[in-house]
Amino acid sequence: MPNKDKIVRVPIGPQHPALKEPENFMVDLRGEKISSVAIRLGYNHRGIEKGCEERTYVQDIYLLERVCGICSHSHSTAFVQAVEEIAGLEVPARAKYIRVLIGELERIHSHLLWLGVAGHEIGFDTLLMYVWRDRELVMDLLAELTGNRVHYAMNVIGGVKRDVTKDQFVRIASVVDALEERTKYYIELAMTEETLAQRLSNVGYLSHEDAVRLGTIGPTGRASGVDRDTRRDDPYAAYAELEFQVITDTHCDVFGRTLVRLGELMQTYSIIRQVLKQMPDGAITVKAPLRIPAGEAVSRYEAPRGEDTHFVRANGTDKPERVKVRAPTLANLQSVAKMLEDGYLADLPIVVAAIDPCFSCTDRMIAVRGIAEEKTMNWEELVQHGVRWYRERGIDPARIVMRGDGLA
Amino acid sequence: MSVGTAVLNILVFPGFLFLIAFGLAGEFVDRKLYARLQNRVGPPWFQPFADALKLFGKEDVVPEEADRRVFHLAPVFALAAAVAAILYIPLWGHAAVFSFDGDLIVVLYLLLIPTLTFFLGGWTSSSVFATIGAVRAITQVFAYEIPLFVALLAPSLLANTWSISGMAAYYSAHPWLWLVNLIGLGVALVALLGKLERVPFDIPEAETEIVAGSFVEYSGRRLAFFRLAIDCEAIVGISLVAAVFLPFGLNLPLGFGILVYLGKVLVLLAVLALLRTLFARLRIDQMIAFCWKVLAPIAFLQVLVNLIVRELI
Amino acid sequence: MAKSTWRRPGRMVPSLLRSLFRKPATTRYPFVKWEMPDRFRARPVVHTENCIGCKMCVRNCPSSAIQIEKKGEKMFEATIDLGRCVYCGQCAYVCPKQTIELTKDFELAAFDRASLVVVYHAQPPKPAEESPAGAEPTSAEQG
Repeated sequence: MPNKDKIVRVPIGPQHPALKEPENFMVDLRGEKISSVAIRLGYNHRGIEKGCEERTYVQDIYLLERVCGICSHSHSTAFVQAVEEIAGLEVPARAKYIRVLIGELERIHSHLLWLGVAGHEIGFDTLLMYVWRDRELVMDLLAELTGNRVHYAMNVIGGVKRDVTKDQFVRIASVVDALEERTKYYIELAMTEETLAQRLSNVGYLSHEDAVRLGTIGPTGRASGVDRDTRRDDPYAAYAELEFQVITDTHCDVFGRTLVRLGELMQTYSIIRQVLKQMPDGAITVKAPLRIPAGEAVSRYEAPRGEDTHFVRANGTDKPERVKVRAPTLANLQSVAKMLEDGYLADLPIVVAAIDPCFSCTDRMIAVRGIAEEKTMNWEELVQHGVRWYRERGIDPARIVMRGDGLA
Repeated sequence: MSVGTAVLNILVFPGFLFLIAFGLAGEFVDRKLYARLQNRVGPPWFQPFADALKLFGKEDVVPEEADRRVFHLAPVFALAAAVAAILYIPLWGHAAVFSFDGDLIVVLYLLLIPTLTFFLGGWTSSSVFATIGAVRAITQVFAYEIPLFVALLAPSLLANTWSISGMAAYYSAHPWLWLVNLIGLGVALVALLGKLERVPFDIPEAETEIVAGSFVEYSGRRLAFFRLAIDCEAIVGISLVAAVFLPFGLNLPLGFGILVYLGKVLVLLAVLALLRTLFARLRIDQMIAFCWKVLAPIAFLQVLVNLIVRELI
Repeated sequence: MAKSTWRRPGRMVPSLLRSLFRKPATTRYPFVKWEMPDRFRARPVVHTENCIGCKMCVRNCPSSAIQIEKKGEKMFEATIDLGRCVYCGQCAYVCPKQTIELTKDFELAAFDRASLVVVYHAQPPKPAEESPAGAEPTSAEQG
């Protein structure tokens, strides 16, 4: 009986309507108050980093693009930038501007998606429907420019695949104008709608010190005053030539994160207008070698969720030796436990949604060092461990029969 | 009245069949309006009926550790209570099928039973989410029930009778007097949102927090009964509000009376759909604070106004 | 026009009521069809009369979806497994002869995996120098 003294353990996830992707939060409840949260990751691990080692660089662009649907251009651009740095390629200016254009359009897409999901998590489905209707404008535009609504496949090693014509400039400008009007409406709504303010304010508080200590980045960190933005601190693509503001906020709660993302949307519209005005003419790609010479590079990209880091090591063949992806949500996820302390269960969905989690991005292999029991397993040991684990629970893996045809 | 007529009233009109058909139609109107307000197309007219039919065809799974008897009976009691309540409410005309002095209180208690069955069904489901949902449902009752009761009792104070049919007769005899009760109408509509567990008060069934609250473990026929009970409860609640706060047009001949009644139900459904679309879901502590600090005082204000008016006339 | 800035519930009422009288933003798909923009990357089509059998597409495909088989002198047969294809367009991009074109046809659902394997039979090469306009710009054109 969940009275005030006894603790009830509620599993949020891996299947739960609050989560768009599987992750597990074991929540200890006292009545309606959360006393502690344990986060368990790994449900979306697909072996992408290992898969990159078996495929050529060109094939890896498409594989890494599919790490996530909403930050797909971020991952593909970060990877391509790392490879171009190792190979010493100088990407033409027009290609850099086109990468910025697609990246910022993706940021619009991501932030509008987030706003709708935040509305859904607090039961405000009307906001979800309205925002996602406006998101269709940018998705149709991206389908016209790149050929798909997500997974844009614009990057090749050495540049971009498709050019942007003058007619498309006009189309982009009109979409940006329309979206700016709608974003102003949503900013006004966020400031003045009472039930929205009640659900978002003073929820998920993360002080500035905690934000720095736990390593939060992106809009989550910027809402707690962590003034970091890779586009300004370590400019890549064409960002060195563009003017924009980094939006920070001092609210330190979910309301602050909402304001930061809405403010970033307004900045993005300004960036896109600058890109349209300043885009230089010229080629959109340079010839890239098939075999990338040996070397290493770390590439950073400001994804909509924060700083996305790729590490690539090449060894002179046409396949990379090692690719490591560190997505922003991994950095932000550790602050969720802190935000939920002494919170209500009803606030858990919106607090988790406020860091804009992308668990597909997050679940990679990490090695935790320095703990008491350090253990690594190789492939055979892992298989044996799995067989033992299932046998202890009464399932015999040897008796499983596959029906139908598997993949060839 | 004879047993045969009574059975006909209970099973066909205005009882079981009529109420279920009307409940499904009401659900369609609500969902269609909800969708159109959100700039979407919305479901076709037969959607609630199709949903109910589909649920009846699905497997009825009972959790192993659930209390079987209560688990099975809870949905049936919910539907039965909603059907029983409609018999005491005058839809068009002055008299309900059964009426006696005090039937207003009986209807209010009958409307409380579905919420209790949500609590019991969730409690005996032996699932963490169901338990949390059940507890929230009961907690929510403490918030909206007082404003709802007080708002519904205020017009009866003016009419000097505890019978809904008596109130209908009184207000038909004194036209335009029902305008005094408009504040109570507002309070009753907001409290009705709480009883029907709709946004912003759909906390017991908060989909993104506790999956489905009390209904998590229900499937198939039992879930269909629960959903039908909610739909019927909506119609009963709206009819009650219409009978108590909008008792005009009750003297008209039968055809016009039916049209007036349908019009009242449609308008109230539209208002509830608009309220559902407009707000985000509140937290349980915010809801209790709102109901006790805002809604209850306004309901008591309506009582005060009615007492004053009663002395004046 | 001064907009009120004080917090109250129900700010969306004007928008909501306006939506009642506007055309819905959703469509009754599949009864109403949706047209994707030109150059949308969906089902790939191979014009085998232009194929020279270099197999650049096979080497570049991220998911091993395309196979090229020689059927005769300058006659090549292409087999694409639509279940494996990710519609990235890399094959069309690297083809030196603009043989592969990604059409707009996206309604590709099937009940049976085997029916997703499409064979483009070998065609003799065209006599005149006429190649169909490929949807994708090719790397050969970029230089």
